[in-house]
Amino acid sequence: MRMLKFLLQKELQQILRDPSIIRILFIMPMIQLLILPLAADYEIKNINLGVIDHDHSQYSRNLINKIISSGYFRLKDYSATFPQAIKSIELDKADLILEIPGHFDRDLIQENNNTLFVAVNAINGIKAGLGSAYIQAIINDYNQDIRTQWIQFPRFNPQPMIEVVTNNWYNPNMNYRVFMVPGILVMLVTMIGSSFAANNIVREKEMGTIEQINVSPIKKYQFILGKLIPFLVLAMTVLTVGLIIARVVYGIVPLGSYSTIYFFATIYLIAILGFGLLLSTYAQTQQQSMLVSFFITMIFNLLSGLYTPIESMPEWAQIITRFNPVSYFIEVMRMVMLKGSGIADIRPHIIAMLGFAVFFNSWAILNYRKRSV
Amino acid sequence: MQTDKVISVSNLTKKFGDFTAVDNISFDCVKGEIFGFLGANGAGKTTAMRMLCGLSLPTSGEASVAGFDVYKESELIKKKIGYMSQKFSLYEDLTVWENIRFYAGIYGLSDSNIREKSRQLLTELHLEGQENALVRSLPLGWKQKLAFSVAIVHNPAIVFLDEPTGGVDPITRREFWGLIYEASARDITVFVTTHYMDEAEYCNRVSIMVDGKIEALDTPANLKQHYNADSMDEVFLHLARTATRSQD
Repeated sequence: MRMLKFLLQKELQQILRDPSIIRILFIMPMIQLLILPLAADYEIKNINLGVIDHDHSQYSRNLINKIISSGYFRLKDYSATFPQAIKSIELDKADLILEIPGHFDRDLIQENNNTLFVAVNAINGIKAGLGSAYIQAIINDYNQDIRTQWIQFPRFNPQPMIEVVTNNWYNPNMNYRVFMVPGILVMLVTMIGSSFAANNIVREKEMGTIEQINVSPIKKYQFILGKLIPFLVLAMTVLTVGLIIARVVYGIVPLGSYSTIYFFATIYLIAILGFGLLLSTYAQTQQQSMLVSFFITMIFNLLSGLYTPIESMPEWAQIITRFNPVSYFIEVMRMVMLKGSGIADIRPHIIAMLGFAVFFNSWAILNYRKRSV
Repeated sequence: MQTDKVISVSNLTKKFGDFTAVDNISFDCVKGEIFGFLGANGAGKTTAMRMLCGLSLPTSGEASVAGFDVYKESELIKKKIGYMSQKFSLYEDLTVWENIRFYAGIYGLSDSNIREKSRQLLTELHLEGQENALVRSLPLGWKQKLAFSVAIVHNPAIVFLDEPTGGVDPITRREFWGLIYEASARDITVFVTTHYMDEAEYCNRVSIMVDGKIEALDTPANLKQHYNADSMDEVFLHLARTATRSQD
């Protein structure tokens, strides 16, 4: 216990004396949390639309107006022919082309149906997919408008209509910030946990001070604890700064309790720090540990469900995410923040995370050798 | 006297793959002795020392340090020894006082003991008023003297010094050896490697390693007589020339 006191005291003095650590601790979360949630938004806006209107009728103009006024599209190009319009896609001026055939209004009135043609520039898959979905929804809506205009009330509607009304539970306004901020916070805490701790031990290797530790009676677990605890405190501080920013800037108040978040975060950080410590027992230089931790945390983050829903990943990738501690924390954060889940609801996550914590830390202690072979 | 032996080594060997770094060495050190461990670069001095400190596992042979076996009781050995490596190993980003407190603390000294020891140590090293200076800012000679004093702050039975005076000016080196004599007078065995032959003359006994083997072991006076040399320098050159291993 006394041994640990001296280890912690020394570590704290070193951390507090390093101005770059303090700067990273406070500036990094602020920049990430202030910029990313505003910029990294799933909603697709400003889709550039090219139109070929062969009809030039009241109806076609109404349709175009309706599309533009939705706010998602910008009318960029008015072409006379399709080859001309496709040119605007090739020049990257338009993302999507809507072709309205000639006699659009006549066919619509006389034959009661018509066909529109939509061409999409699919270089940006998300933009193309959402863009064509949006425009289809608008055209459908327009279709409804016309039908209600024409078909007089008492008359029997020959085509049964099913209208789907969605109700967004847990995030009624579909606010992306509410969704992104907890995730970004997890990413931040993970980065600090894994790379700071790893670099710290490797630095002692580079300086040669680790040899002085190895020749002393300090026990392995004491040394590991002496590194784990200070960085746990640091990461918790970042988490707190992040939660304050989330509350003050974005007005995100968790539906669940902060204590649930801190409770899970503690276990999570012990696991992630254990991973960082494990890394440091293998790496010989700070470059090595930086690159490896960067590489692995990038995979952790991309497969965490922060950017893409885990459910839509292929089966093999979903299996990988089960071995990814980051995905558990992101899920827990969103559950607690948006759904108000408590300890009982996140029990499976807690058990899994305890598993990670034991696994990484025991491996780190086993692999840390005071004596080389 | 058997009880006076604090280091006892017999047939100790360390191999790295096909390369035999330390080849079957045997020697004893007694309490309070200053034991010089000489040899050219790459002769195996540091490897031998690391085995005795419990930093490296021997391939074969036997050794006991402070009465404990190097294979099974290396963690017990560590309580009884001090070590100063070739690389400077105090924390440069901590102050003089913080370094003393840390190293004294991890060897289990009590708070009052730590305070007393550090006051005494600062006076000895003429570092009064410098206790809050970062170690980084001290001149190399002072750093080395401080590192030595910190290495024996817990009053070990043996202190291992790996080229402690490399790059240090002659005056500071002399002061450093003053500290070594004081430690020896306190019955601390000093096990020291060096490349300075004048320092070899200061030792009670000297061993000279060539290609992983101990080629000579005696008092400096006897060695000079045996090799019919005027100085340790000549003795060393005579032996080291026989080395076949490439020097690093």
